[in-house]
Amino acid sequence: MNRAQIVLTSLVLAAFTVLGVGVVAFMHQQTEPMIQAQAQAALNRQLAAVLPAGFDNDPAATRRELAPDGLLGGKGEPKVYQARQAGKVTGVALSVLAPNGYSGAIHLLVGVTREGTISGVRVVAHKETPGLGDPIEEAKSPWIHSFMGKSLADPSGKGWGVKKDGGVFDQFTGATITPRAVVQAVQHALLYVEQHKAELMETTP
Amino acid sequence: MNTPSVNSAAEAADLDERAVPALRPPSRLPGLAMDGLWRNNPALVQVLGLCPLLAISNTTVNALGLGLATLLTLLVSNTLVSVIRHWVRPEVRLPVFVLVIASVVTAIELAMNAWLHGLYVVLGIFLPLIVTNCIIIARAEGFAARNDVGHAAFDGLMMGAGFALVLVVLGMLRELLGQGTLFANAHLMFGEWGHGLTLQVMPENYGFLLAILPPGAFIALALLIALKNALDR
Repeated sequence: MNRAQIVLTSLVLAAFTVLGVGVVAFMHQQTEPMIQAQAQAALNRQLAAVLPAGFDNDPAATRRELAPDGLLGGKGEPKVYQARQAGKVTGVALSVLAPNGYSGAIHLLVGVTREGTISGVRVVAHKETPGLGDPIEEAKSPWIHSFMGKSLADPSGKGWGVKKDGGVFDQFTGATITPRAVVQAVQHALLYVEQHKAELMETTP
Repeated sequence: MNTPSVNSAAEAADLDERAVPALRPPSRLPGLAMDGLWRNNPALVQVLGLCPLLAISNTTVNALGLGLATLLTLLVSNTLVSVIRHWVRPEVRLPVFVLVIASVVTAIELAMNAWLHGLYVVLGIFLPLIVTNCIIIARAEGFAARNDVGHAAFDGLMMGAGFALVLVVLGMLRELLGQGTLFANAHLMFGEWGHGLTLQVMPENYGFLLAILPPGAFIALALLIALKNALDR
Protein backbone atom coordinates (compact mmCIF):
# COMPACT_ATOMS: atom_id res chain seq x y z
CA MET A 1 0.00 0.00 0.00
CA ASN A 2 1.53 3.31 -1.02
CA ARG A 3 1.05 6.70 0.51
CA ALA A 4 -1.83 7.75 -1.72
CA GLN A 5 -3.73 4.56 -0.98
CA ILE A 6 -3.24 4.99 2.75
CA VAL A 7 -4.62 8.52 2.58
CA LEU A 8 -7.53 7.42 0.42
CA THR A 9 -8.37 4.54 2.73
CA SER A 10 -8.29 6.79 5.78
CA LEU A 11 -10.55 9.24 4.00
CA VAL A 12 -13.04 6.48 3.21
CA LEU A 13 -13.03 5.40 6.84
CA ALA A 14 -13.46 9.02 7.97
CA ALA A 15 -16.30 9.52 5.51
CA PHE A 16 -18.15 6.49 6.87
CA THR A 17 -17.61 7.72 10.42
CA VAL A 18 -19.11 11.09 9.55
CA LEU A 19 -21.98 9.36 7.75
CA GLY A 20 -22.67 7.04 10.69
CA VAL A 21 -22.60 9.86 13.21
CA GLY A 22 -24.83 11.89 10.91
CA VAL A 23 -27.44 9.13 10.72
CA VAL A 24 -27.46 8.70 14.50
CA ALA A 25 -27.62 12.45 15.11
CA PHE A 26 -30.52 12.82 12.68
CA MET A 27 -32.39 9.92 14.26
CA HIS A 28 -31.73 11.31 17.72
CA GLN A 29 -33.12 14.67 16.71
CA GLN A 30 -36.20 13.09 15.16
CA THR A 31 -37.06 10.87 18.10
CA GLU A 32 -36.07 13.09 21.01
CA PRO A 33 -39.40 14.87 21.62
CA MET A 34 -41.17 11.51 21.40
CA ILE A 35 -38.73 9.85 23.82
CA GLN A 36 -39.09 12.72 26.28
CA ALA A 37 -42.86 12.51 26.07
CA GLN A 38 -42.76 8.74 26.66
CA ALA A 39 -40.48 9.06 29.69
CA GLN A 40 -42.70 11.84 31.01
CA ALA A 41 -45.84 9.77 30.50
CA ALA A 42 -44.28 6.76 32.23
CA LEU A 43 -43.26 8.95 35.18
CA ASN A 44 -46.72 10.54 35.35
CA ARG A 45 -48.37 7.10 35.42
CA GLN A 46 -46.17 6.03 38.31
CA LEU A 47 -46.67 9.29 40.18
CA ALA A 48 -50.43 9.12 39.75
CA ALA A 49 -50.34 5.60 41.21
CA VAL A 50 -48.61 6.60 44.44
CA LEU A 51 -49.79 10.18 45.10
CA PRO A 52 -53.07 10.87 46.92
CA ALA A 53 -55.85 11.12 44.35
CA GLY A 54 -57.46 14.39 43.36
CA PHE A 55 -54.43 16.55 42.62
CA ASP A 56 -54.80 19.26 40.00
CA ASN A 57 -51.19 20.04 39.14
CA ASP A 58 -48.50 18.34 37.06
CA PRO A 59 -46.52 16.47 39.73
CA ALA A 60 -43.63 15.69 37.39
CA ALA A 61 -43.02 19.42 36.96
CA THR A 62 -42.52 19.90 40.73
CA ARG A 63 -39.52 17.57 40.77
CA ARG A 64 -36.84 18.60 43.21
CA GLU A 65 -33.53 16.94 44.04
CA LEU A 66 -32.99 16.07 47.69
CA ALA A 67 -29.68 15.93 49.49
CA PRO A 68 -28.61 12.29 49.94
CA ASP A 69 -29.72 11.00 53.32
CA GLY A 70 -29.32 7.71 55.14
CA LEU A 71 -33.10 7.44 55.38
CA LEU A 72 -33.44 7.74 51.59
CA GLY A 73 -31.08 4.89 50.88
CA GLY A 74 -27.77 6.73 51.23
CA LYS A 75 -26.54 6.69 47.67
CA GLY A 76 -28.53 7.47 44.55
CA GLU A 77 -30.27 10.71 43.66
CA PRO A 78 -33.35 11.02 45.84
CA LYS A 79 -36.07 13.25 44.43
CA VAL A 80 -39.40 14.57 45.61
CA TYR A 81 -42.58 15.32 43.61
CA GLN A 82 -45.55 17.20 45.02
CA ALA A 83 -49.26 16.67 44.50
CA ARG A 84 -51.25 19.87 44.94
CA GLN A 85 -54.88 20.77 45.15
CA ALA A 86 -55.67 24.45 44.62
CA GLY A 87 -52.05 25.30 45.36
CA LYS A 88 -51.90 23.39 48.62
CA VAL A 89 -49.60 20.37 48.84
CA THR A 90 -51.69 17.29 49.58
CA GLY A 91 -48.88 14.78 49.46
CA VAL A 92 -45.43 14.00 48.14
CA ALA A 93 -43.84 11.15 46.25
CA LEU A 94 -40.26 10.32 47.21
CA SER A 95 -37.97 8.52 44.82
CA VAL A 96 -35.76 6.48 47.12
CA LEU A 97 -33.58 3.38 47.24
CA ALA A 98 -33.86 0.31 49.40
CA PRO A 99 -30.10 -0.26 49.59
CA ASN A 100 -30.20 -3.77 51.07
CA GLY A 101 -32.10 -5.84 48.51
CA TYR A 102 -31.06 -9.42 47.82
CA SER A 103 -29.23 -8.41 44.64
CA GLY A 104 -28.51 -4.71 44.83
CA ALA A 105 -30.58 -1.67 45.55
CA ILE A 106 -34.33 -1.59 44.90
CA HIS A 107 -35.61 1.64 43.41
CA LEU A 108 -38.89 2.74 44.99
CA LEU A 109 -41.45 5.50 44.64
CA VAL A 110 -43.14 6.16 47.99
CA GLY A 111 -46.21 8.38 48.20
CA VAL A 112 -46.94 10.05 51.55
CA THR A 113 -49.91 12.29 52.33
CA ARG A 114 -49.73 15.54 54.21
CA GLU A 115 -51.03 13.67 57.27
CA GLY A 116 -48.12 11.24 57.11
CA THR A 117 -49.89 8.13 55.83
CA ILE A 118 -48.80 6.08 52.84
CA SER A 119 -50.83 6.80 49.73
CA GLY A 120 -49.05 4.25 47.58
CA VAL A 121 -45.75 2.50 46.93
CA ARG A 122 -44.35 1.20 43.63
CA VAL A 123 -41.16 -0.56 42.71
CA VAL A 124 -39.58 1.33 39.85
CA ALA A 125 -36.57 -0.91 39.21
CA HIS A 126 -35.00 -3.93 40.89
CA LYS A 127 -32.76 -6.91 40.24
CA GLU A 128 -34.34 -9.36 42.67
CA THR A 129 -34.63 -13.03 41.77
CA PRO A 130 -37.47 -13.61 39.30
CA GLY A 131 -40.11 -15.84 40.80
CA LEU A 132 -38.87 -15.40 44.37
CA GLY A 133 -38.30 -11.73 45.07
CA ASP A 134 -40.31 -10.17 42.26
CA PRO A 135 -43.77 -10.27 43.92
CA ILE A 136 -42.77 -6.77 45.11
CA GLU A 137 -43.75 -5.69 41.57
CA GLU A 138 -47.35 -4.64 41.31
CA ALA A 139 -47.71 -6.64 38.10
CA LYS A 140 -46.78 -9.87 39.88
CA SER A 141 -48.68 -9.66 43.18
CA PRO A 142 -50.82 -7.25 45.22
CA TRP A 143 -48.29 -7.30 48.08
CA ILE A 144 -47.13 -3.72 47.49
CA HIS A 145 -50.68 -2.51 48.22
CA SER A 146 -50.35 -3.67 51.84
CA PHE A 147 -48.62 -0.37 52.59
CA MET A 148 -51.73 1.65 51.74
CA GLY A 149 -52.89 3.81 54.64
CA LYS A 150 -50.04 2.77 56.91
CA SER A 151 -48.18 5.41 58.94
CA LEU A 152 -45.45 5.62 61.56
CA ALA A 153 -48.09 5.18 64.27
CA ASP A 154 -49.90 2.32 62.53
CA PRO A 155 -48.30 -0.17 62.86
CA SER A 156 -46.06 1.16 65.60
CA GLY A 157 -42.59 0.11 66.66
CA LYS A 158 -41.69 -3.43 65.67
CA GLY A 159 -44.77 -3.64 63.47
CA TRP A 160 -42.76 -2.11 60.64
CA GLY A 161 -41.19 -5.37 59.61
CA VAL A 162 -42.01 -8.66 57.93
CA LYS A 163 -43.96 -11.25 59.92
CA LYS A 164 -40.84 -13.34 60.50
CA ASP A 165 -39.36 -10.36 62.39
CA GLY A 166 -42.54 -9.76 64.35
CA GLY A 167 -43.96 -7.18 61.95
CA VAL A 168 -47.27 -6.98 60.12
CA PHE A 169 -46.11 -7.36 56.50
CA ASP A 170 -46.03 -10.71 54.69
CA GLN A 171 -42.77 -12.16 53.48
CA PHE A 172 -42.68 -14.38 50.40
CA THR A 173 -42.03 -18.08 50.21
CA GLY A 174 -38.30 -18.38 49.72
CA ALA A 175 -37.64 -14.65 49.91
CA THR A 176 -37.47 -12.68 53.15
CA ILE A 177 -34.60 -10.33 52.41
CA THR A 178 -36.38 -8.59 49.54
CA PRO A 179 -39.64 -7.65 51.34
CA ARG A 180 -37.65 -6.82 54.49
CA ALA A 181 -35.59 -4.31 52.50
CA VAL A 182 -38.71 -2.75 50.97
CA VAL A 183 -40.54 -2.49 54.31
CA GLN A 184 -37.54 -0.84 55.90
CA ALA A 185 -37.10 1.61 53.02
CA VAL A 186 -40.77 2.61 53.19
CA GLN A 187 -40.54 3.13 56.95
CA HIS A 188 -37.39 5.21 56.46
CA ALA A 189 -39.13 7.32 53.84
CA LEU A 190 -41.93 8.00 56.34
CA LEU A 191 -39.37 8.99 58.98
CA TYR A 192 -37.71 11.29 56.49
CA VAL A 193 -41.01 12.97 55.64
CA GLU A 194 -41.74 13.45 59.34
CA GLN A 195 -38.35 15.06 59.93
CA HIS A 196 -38.54 17.33 56.90
CA LYS A 197 -42.28 17.90 56.83
CA ALA A 198 -42.21 21.71 56.72
CA GLU A 199 -39.75 21.77 53.87
CA LEU A 200 -41.40 18.99 51.80
CA MET A 201 -45.02 20.10 52.19
CA GLU A 202 -44.35 23.74 51.42
CA THR A 203 -45.49 24.93 48.00
CA THR A 204 -42.40 25.65 45.96
CA PRO A 205 -42.56 27.83 42.87
CA MET B 1 -6.76 4.29 -24.42
CA ASN B 2 -8.87 3.44 -27.49
CA THR B 3 -11.63 1.42 -25.87
CA PRO B 4 -11.28 2.03 -22.16
CA SER B 5 -14.93 1.59 -21.32
CA VAL B 6 -15.15 -1.91 -22.77
CA ASN B 7 -11.92 -2.92 -21.08
CA SER B 8 -12.88 -1.74 -17.64
CA ALA B 9 -16.34 -3.23 -17.93
CA ALA B 10 -14.82 -6.59 -18.82
CA GLU B 11 -12.41 -6.22 -15.94
CA ALA B 12 -15.19 -5.37 -13.56
CA ALA B 13 -17.14 -8.41 -14.67
CA ASP B 14 -14.04 -10.50 -14.22
CA LEU B 15 -13.52 -9.12 -10.72
CA ASP B 16 -17.12 -9.82 -9.87
CA GLU B 17 -16.70 -13.38 -11.03
CA ARG B 18 -13.70 -13.89 -8.76
CA ALA B 19 -15.36 -12.18 -5.84
CA VAL B 20 -18.17 -14.71 -6.02
CA PRO B 21 -16.51 -18.08 -6.30
CA ALA B 22 -19.72 -19.95 -5.58
CA LEU B 23 -21.87 -21.10 -8.47
CA ARG B 24 -24.69 -18.84 -9.37
CA PRO B 25 -27.60 -21.11 -10.23
CA PRO B 26 -30.79 -19.53 -11.58
CA SER B 27 -32.16 -18.83 -8.14
CA ARG B 28 -30.31 -19.12 -4.85
CA LEU B 29 -33.18 -17.75 -2.82
CA PRO B 30 -34.72 -21.07 -1.67
CA GLY B 31 -31.26 -22.26 -0.64
CA LEU B 32 -30.63 -19.06 1.31
CA ALA B 33 -33.98 -19.37 3.04
CA MET B 34 -33.28 -22.99 3.92
CA ASP B 35 -29.87 -21.98 5.28
CA GLY B 36 -31.14 -19.21 7.50
CA LEU B 37 -34.19 -20.94 8.83
CA TRP B 38 -32.92 -24.47 9.25
CA ARG B 39 -29.72 -25.93 7.76
CA ASN B 40 -27.39 -23.19 8.97
CA ASN B 41 -29.64 -21.62 11.61
CA PRO B 42 -27.69 -18.95 13.53
CA ALA B 43 -28.91 -20.09 16.95
CA LEU B 44 -29.17 -23.86 16.52
CA VAL B 45 -26.28 -24.63 14.17
CA GLN B 46 -23.86 -21.70 14.16
CA VAL B 47 -24.65 -21.16 17.88
CA LEU B 48 -23.87 -17.45 17.54
CA GLY B 49 -25.23 -14.58 19.60
CA LEU B 50 -26.15 -16.71 22.58
CA CYS B 51 -25.87 -14.00 25.24
CA PRO B 52 -29.04 -12.10 24.28
CA LEU B 53 -30.68 -15.34 23.19
CA LEU B 54 -30.38 -16.86 26.64
CA ALA B 55 -30.82 -13.68 28.66
CA ILE B 56 -33.97 -12.29 27.09
CA SER B 57 -35.89 -15.47 26.24
CA ASN B 58 -37.70 -15.61 29.60
CA THR B 59 -41.00 -14.47 28.08
CA THR B 60 -42.47 -14.67 24.59
CA VAL B 61 -42.95 -10.94 24.24
CA ASN B 62 -39.38 -10.10 25.28
CA ALA B 63 -38.11 -12.73 22.86
CA LEU B 64 -40.27 -11.42 20.03
CA GLY B 65 -39.12 -7.84 20.68
CA LEU B 66 -35.43 -8.67 20.65
CA GLY B 67 -35.88 -11.12 17.77
CA LEU B 68 -37.55 -8.50 15.57
CA ALA B 69 -34.94 -5.88 16.48
CA THR B 70 -32.17 -8.32 15.55
CA LEU B 71 -33.94 -9.28 12.32
CA LEU B 72 -34.29 -5.63 11.32
CA THR B 73 -30.64 -4.96 12.16
CA LEU B 74 -29.49 -7.93 10.06
CA LEU B 75 -31.66 -6.93 7.11
CA VAL B 76 -30.52 -3.30 7.09
CA SER B 77 -26.85 -3.95 7.89
CA ASN B 78 -26.58 -6.70 5.25
CA THR B 79 -28.15 -4.41 2.65
CA LEU B 80 -25.91 -1.45 3.48
CA VAL B 81 -22.74 -3.54 3.65
CA SER B 82 -23.55 -4.99 0.24
CA VAL B 83 -24.20 -1.53 -1.20
CA ILE B 84 -20.87 -0.15 -0.03
CA ARG B 85 -18.81 -3.29 -0.63
CA HIS B 86 -16.99 -1.91 -3.73
CA TRP B 87 -16.00 1.36 -2.07
CA VAL B 88 -14.39 -0.07 1.01
CA ARG B 89 -10.81 -1.30 0.85
CA PRO B 90 -10.28 -4.69 2.47
CA GLU B 91 -7.89 -3.18 5.05
CA VAL B 92 -10.60 -1.07 6.65
CA ARG B 93 -13.65 -3.18 5.87
CA LEU B 94 -14.15 -4.46 9.42
CA PRO B 95 -14.11 -1.03 11.10
CA VAL B 96 -16.45 0.27 8.42
CA PHE B 97 -18.84 -2.69 8.85
CA VAL B 98 -18.82 -2.21 12.61
CA LEU B 99 -19.56 1.50 12.11
CA VAL B 100 -22.47 0.70 9.82
CA ILE B 101 -23.87 -1.90 12.23
CA ALA B 102 -23.47 0.36 15.26
CA SER B 103 -25.24 3.23 13.49
CA VAL B 104 -28.11 0.96 12.43
CA VAL B 105 -28.54 -0.49 15.92
CA THR B 106 -28.44 2.93 17.57
CA ALA B 107 -31.07 4.20 15.14
CA ILE B 108 -33.30 1.18 15.89
CA GLU B 109 -32.75 1.65 19.63
CA LEU B 110 -33.82 5.30 19.41
CA ALA B 111 -36.88 4.36 17.37
CA MET B 112 -37.92 1.70 19.87
CA ASN B 113 -37.39 4.11 22.75
CA ALA B 114 -39.73 6.53 21.02
CA TRP B 115 -42.48 4.18 19.84
CA LEU B 116 -42.22 1.01 21.96
CA HIS B 117 -41.10 2.58 25.21
CA GLY B 118 -42.37 -0.19 27.50
CA LEU B 119 -40.58 -2.90 25.56
CA TYR B 120 -37.48 -0.72 25.30
CA VAL B 121 -37.32 -0.54 29.09
CA VAL B 122 -37.72 -4.31 29.45
CA LEU B 123 -35.06 -5.19 26.86
CA GLY B 124 -32.70 -2.68 28.46
CA ILE B 125 -29.03 -3.23 27.76
CA PHE B 126 -29.65 -6.10 25.33
CA LEU B 127 -30.90 -3.70 22.67
CA PRO B 128 -27.65 -1.72 22.26
CA LEU B 129 -25.78 -5.00 22.73
CA ILE B 130 -27.14 -6.22 19.38
CA VAL B 131 -24.09 -4.42 17.99
CA THR B 132 -21.88 -7.07 19.54
CA ASN B 133 -24.03 -9.99 18.38
CA CYS B 134 -21.52 -11.95 16.30
CA ILE B 135 -24.20 -13.20 13.91
CA ILE B 136 -24.49 -9.70 12.46
CA ILE B 137 -20.82 -9.08 11.70
CA ALA B 138 -20.56 -12.73 10.58
CA ARG B 139 -23.23 -12.24 7.90
CA ALA B 140 -21.81 -8.84 6.89
CA GLU B 141 -18.30 -10.21 6.46
CA GLY B 142 -19.18 -13.72 5.35
CA PHE B 143 -22.01 -13.02 2.94
CA ALA B 144 -23.07 -9.42 2.34
CA ALA B 145 -19.55 -8.24 1.47
CA ARG B 146 -19.38 -10.76 -1.40
CA ASN B 147 -22.87 -10.73 -2.83
CA ASP B 148 -25.20 -8.37 -4.60
CA VAL B 149 -27.71 -6.28 -2.69
CA GLY B 150 -30.76 -8.46 -3.35
CA HIS B 151 -29.18 -11.67 -2.15
CA ALA B 152 -27.53 -9.94 0.81
CA ALA B 153 -30.82 -8.44 1.95
CA PHE B 154 -32.59 -11.78 1.56
CA ASP B 155 -29.84 -13.55 3.50
CA GLY B 156 -30.16 -10.97 6.29
CA LEU B 157 -33.91 -11.47 6.37
CA MET B 158 -33.66 -15.25 6.53
CA MET B 159 -30.83 -15.38 9.07
CA GLY B 160 -32.72 -12.84 11.17
CA ALA B 161 -35.92 -14.84 10.86
CA GLY B 162 -34.08 -18.02 11.87
CA PHE B 163 -32.65 -16.28 14.93
CA ALA B 164 -35.95 -14.64 15.88
CA LEU B 165 -37.83 -17.90 15.44
CA VAL B 166 -35.57 -19.83 17.81
CA LEU B 167 -35.71 -16.93 20.26
CA VAL B 168 -39.52 -16.93 20.22
CA VAL B 169 -39.81 -20.71 20.55
CA LEU B 170 -37.39 -20.57 23.47
CA GLY B 171 -39.36 -17.71 25.00
CA MET B 172 -42.67 -19.57 24.67
CA LEU B 173 -41.18 -22.73 26.13
CA ARG B 174 -39.66 -20.95 29.13
CA GLU B 175 -42.69 -18.76 29.78
CA LEU B 176 -45.05 -21.71 29.60
CA LEU B 177 -42.93 -23.92 31.86
CA GLY B 178 -41.79 -21.11 34.14
CA GLN B 179 -44.92 -19.13 34.88
CA GLY B 180 -47.67 -20.97 33.06
CA THR B 181 -48.65 -18.13 30.74
CA LEU B 182 -48.20 -17.19 27.10
CA PHE B 183 -47.82 -13.66 25.73
CA ALA B 184 -47.74 -12.04 29.19
CA ASN B 185 -47.11 -8.27 28.98
CA ALA B 186 -48.11 -8.25 25.32
CA HIS B 187 -49.38 -4.68 25.83
CA LEU B 188 -45.73 -3.55 25.94
CA MET B 189 -45.53 -4.36 22.27
CA PHE B 190 -49.04 -4.10 20.87
CA GLY B 191 -50.55 -1.33 23.00
CA GLU B 192 -53.73 -1.63 25.03
CA TRP B 193 -55.39 -4.49 23.14
CA GLY B 194 -52.33 -6.62 23.94
CA HIS B 195 -53.78 -7.20 27.42
CA GLY B 196 -56.30 -9.55 25.82
CA LEU B 197 -53.58 -11.65 24.23
CA THR B 198 -52.24 -13.04 27.50
CA LEU B 199 -53.17 -16.68 27.99
CA GLN B 200 -53.20 -18.17 31.46
CA VAL B 201 -52.46 -21.78 30.56
CA MET B 202 -51.64 -23.11 34.01
CA PRO B 203 -53.35 -22.27 37.31
CA GLU B 204 -52.65 -18.76 38.66
CA ASN B 205 -50.14 -19.78 41.33
CA TYR B 206 -48.18 -22.17 39.11
CA GLY B 207 -44.48 -21.53 38.87
CA PHE B 208 -41.35 -23.45 37.92
CA LEU B 209 -38.42 -21.27 38.83
CA LEU B 210 -35.72 -23.21 36.98
CA ALA B 211 -37.27 -22.44 33.60
CA ILE B 212 -37.15 -18.68 34.22
CA LEU B 213 -33.63 -18.57 35.63
CA PRO B 214 -30.57 -18.64 33.32
CA PRO B 215 -29.94 -22.41 33.70
CA GLY B 216 -33.41 -22.97 32.25
CA ALA B 217 -32.36 -21.06 29.16
CA PHE B 218 -29.33 -23.30 28.62
CA ILE B 219 -31.35 -26.46 29.17
CA ALA B 220 -34.16 -25.34 26.85
CA LEU B 221 -31.72 -24.34 24.10
CA ALA B 222 -29.93 -27.67 24.43
CA LEU B 223 -33.26 -29.47 24.05
CA LEU B 224 -34.06 -27.46 20.92
CA ILE B 225 -30.66 -28.24 19.38
CA ALA B 226 -31.11 -31.92 20.23
CA LEU B 227 -34.57 -31.87 18.66
CA LYS B 228 -33.21 -30.32 15.48
CA ASN B 229 -30.43 -32.89 15.27
CA ALA B 230 -32.93 -35.68 15.81
CA LEU B 231 -35.19 -34.33 13.05
CA ASP B 232 -32.24 -34.04 10.65
CA ARG B 233 -31.24 -37.63 11.14
